[in-house]
Amino acid sequence: MLKSKEHYYEILVKGIWKENPVAYQVLGICSALAVTVQMSTAIVMAVALTVVTACSSFIISSMRRHIPSNIRIIVELAVIASLVIVTDEVLKAFFYDVSKQLSIFVGLIITNCIVLGRAEAFALANNPIDSFVDGIANGLGYGLILVLVAFLRELLGAGKFFGFPVIPQFVYDLGFQNMGLMVLAPGAFFIIGLLVWLKNSLPGISSEKRS
Amino acid sequence: MGDLFSLFINSVFIGNILLAYFLGMCSFIAVSKNIETATGLGFAVIFVLTVTSPVNWLIYHGLLAPGALSWLGYPDLDLSFLKFITFIAVIAAMVQAVEMVIDRYSPLLYATLGVFLPLIAVNCAILGTSLFMVERNYTFVESVVFGAGSGTGWMLAIVSMAAIRKKARYSDVPEGLRGFGFTMIIAGLMAMTFMMFSGITL
Repeated sequence: MLKSKEHYYEILVKGIWKENPVAYQVLGICSALAVTVQMSTAIVMAVALTVVTACSSFIISSMRRHIPSNIRIIVELAVIASLVIVTDEVLKAFFYDVSKQLSIFVGLIITNCIVLGRAEAFALANNPIDSFVDGIANGLGYGLILVLVAFLRELLGAGKFFGFPVIPQFVYDLGFQNMGLMVLAPGAFFIIGLLVWLKNSLPGISSEKRS
Repeated sequence: MGDLFSLFINSVFIGNILLAYFLGMCSFIAVSKNIETATGLGFAVIFVLTVTSPVNWLIYHGLLAPGALSWLGYPDLDLSFLKFITFIAVIAAMVQAVEMVIDRYSPLLYATLGVFLPLIAVNCAILGTSLFMVERNYTFVESVVFGAGSGTGWMLAIVSMAAIRKKARYSDVPEGLRGFGFTMIIAGLMAMTFMMFSGITL
């Protein structure tokens, strides 16, 4: 059942970078924008999503021969929803403050297109272990974008990194001000837009199809 | 009455479900290329939201909320952790039912909306509205108004986005920014515009 290391390495690279779910496949943007005001919430959200995607891909892939294709969406949603309930309860028990800040966005992992998208596109056609690795890869790819956006928004918007002020006082004395725009909704849109531009301009990455 | 009106205006403009809370982005990006389809999807979302929000309110407060089952003799039972799976099931069932009703009574509307109806089941705006409704402790009537308001706000955003993208079709956008990146920048500018409403208190 286990295949060579290169095989898994390839799946990982594909999910994290080459076919990054947020920047390339344009999936799961809702939460990518909403939870990125601070680094801490972004990281917790990324971990939660990685766990849910990996487990749901594994479970759905194990059952793929037994799910009738016309009710598969319902079955997939039931698996994902159960995993999200577990995640939500764990977060409430151990990271109460963060889970309060994430509020409804943990629940919205259910409708996050990445989870359902991977289940549909990968888990239904591949064996459980490959699907598990694919789930982790896509979760990490999502997390990468999330952390990058959160880093920029927290640094530029509040002058902080993980809640600690990092911009020294003399910079403020020289007339620097925090960009309030970054903390608000439009800042998130702009940063994602510019990141996609940057990514498409870098060499070696499959560029987006013209629409 | 005034409270309900201000809740409606609030959910359409100030707390726009799409531009302030980022819900329903996936279909917002995918379906905003054409004004007609955007309008069709917008109406479908308004309809489904106006129905699911109160239905989920009834289910949550009648069965799941802490102490809701006291009439059965379980006053301490708290099933609220089941809300995610219940809500998504209700939404999926509602979307299916709506699809069948429209198919039966208005084939013309069905032909327009047909493709988009199943997509709505996994639109985060629908689940998000139900979860916000629970988190903010709305009453039954408020949940109807909030559902309709969120839907209207979503439709307003997607139709204006489709219109802007149509206008921008011939503009000279830098190579790497075309498509998704450009759409996000437009959405950012739209979000800034909508934020101007936040000074209004009703």
